[in-house]
Amino acid sequence: MLELRHVGKTFNPGTVNEKVALQAVDLHLDDGDFATIVGSNGAGKSTLFNAIAGAFVPDTGTITLDGQDITFQPDYRRSKVIGRMFQDPLKGTAPHMTIEENLALAFLRASGHTSPFSRITRADRALFAEKLSALGLGLEDRMKQPVGLLSGGQRQALTLLMATLVTPKLLLLDEHTAALDPATADKVLALTRQIVAEHHITCLMITHNMHDALTLGNRTLMMDGGRIVLDIGGEERRHMTVPGLLERFAQNAGHALDNDRILLSAEE
Amino acid sequence: MFTVATVLSALELGLIYALVAMALFLSFRVLNIADMTTDGAFTLGCAVSATAAVAGHPFLGLPLAMLAGAAAGFITAFLQTRLAVPSILAGIITNTGLYTVNLAVMGFSSNVPMLKTKTVFTAAEALLGEAAPYKLLVAALITLAVCAALILFLGTRLGLSIRATGDNPDMVRASSINTTFTVTIGLCIANAMTSLSGAVLAQYQRSADINLGTGMVVIGLASLIIGETLFGRGGLWTKAVAAVAGSVIYRFIIALALRANVPSECLKLISAVIVALAIAAPALRARAAFRRRRAQAEKGGAAHA
Repeated sequence: MLELRHVGKTFNPGTVNEKVALQAVDLHLDDGDFATIVGSNGAGKSTLFNAIAGAFVPDTGTITLDGQDITFQPDYRRSKVIGRMFQDPLKGTAPHMTIEENLALAFLRASGHTSPFSRITRADRALFAEKLSALGLGLEDRMKQPVGLLSGGQRQALTLLMATLVTPKLLLLDEHTAALDPATADKVLALTRQIVAEHHITCLMITHNMHDALTLGNRTLMMDGGRIVLDIGGEERRHMTVPGLLERFAQNAGHALDNDRILLSAEE
Repeated sequence: MFTVATVLSALELGLIYALVAMALFLSFRVLNIADMTTDGAFTLGCAVSATAAVAGHPFLGLPLAMLAGAAAGFITAFLQTRLAVPSILAGIITNTGLYTVNLAVMGFSSNVPMLKTKTVFTAAEALLGEAAPYKLLVAALITLAVCAALILFLGTRLGLSIRATGDNPDMVRASSINTTFTVTIGLCIANAMTSLSGAVLAQYQRSADINLGTGMVVIGLASLIIGETLFGRGGLWTKAVAAVAGSVIYRFIIALALRANVPSECLKLISAVIVALAIAAPALRARAAFRRRRAQAEKGGAAHA
């Protein structure tokens, strides 16, 4: 489904701020794979997502999605088939527009063939209400309210719905529950699992929670210094423990993981 | 304190200039871009419409003016989306270039007198008779039609995309919308409306002048903000109608000022002050609240000591 070959990116080359963000990353995801990604700050996790989503063109390498080379495709074109969520709940929705209007925008991806002058139809509304009620947050009764009135968790759940309203070929989740309180984070994570499983979506999820990294999905990737240093799945992953994972990381990266947030989550 | 004639003319001018207020509603509020093309686009509308009317095509002059305005908006949008010129500078550059274009449209003369020229207003007079408030009807018809069209448009998929572009550009790119495209369409429509306002005004006052558009962006913003302050809470309909109402109220304020013997040369300064104060209002309020809070704390501190 997703194939990265030797994708490399250096920011500010030739200056004192030169930063090698990705070093010839190779990654292959099969259809329906759900891989979690852990790594310390600056390991290149978000840069990897930016490369896949098209925020910049990599210096080297190619990115192929579902057999199509998307290396040079602009971001708004890729987003037709790639859903993305950020840590900041404010990033995914337009605050001054209503829930219904936000959903209509997300639905645009499906409706490439309809006229740009068409309006939200009754059928659209019924579909939105049905999808909203599946979130179990009562948002289906508030479709005419501006999104700015919603809480962070509600906005993030809405963003998740928007990212998957038209089933994407790939879903990129960048610590999308990290800014939420624990109860809300659990709820959004449960919704994520449910929606990803239901639509059989190929998914990459950055997390700082070691427990989630091992239990969610079917693969765990660890990144360090712009490289993927560990990629485990299947039987090996099922028997892996958090301390075991940290040990493997230290072996492959040549140093111990030094992110407090991740280590704290490992002790829970 | 007002004669019927002054009320009528304030209403007429208010409705004509309301097109600029709605254009700024689209560029400044919806797209979140301060579009400095406005002044030049207004004059461009005047020039095109006057020249067309003098050539015997007053009706054709209006859509032609809109096309010309849209072209001006396109240039500003192109500069800022494709060539990475900062948006305010992009508008100023287009505006400067338009000065020459506007003179050229008027045959390299700084004004076009059209005393005996047939206009859309004389056509309405011929149709409705001299006694009917034909000027008001024409101005109201054009402005309300454009207002309704704008609101309907903002509810379409393209309209929603344009609104989201101003509201949250991050999200828009993640929703497969090309922001270059939405900004361009938005600025074209806004400047078409501004030009239409100039086009109607030129035929209304039977003359076009190279300086008619000077300060138009500030006058339009003043109208927009007056409307928002008085009626602006609510949905799109309310907001667009508020812009129209604000423009009419602005014209009444001007009529009042003229009646109070404020020299007409001072009006631009008054508009500038209104806009500066209105846009500064949230900051001024926050400052006042901070001062109050600090004064309270100091008083409380003194009581403790």
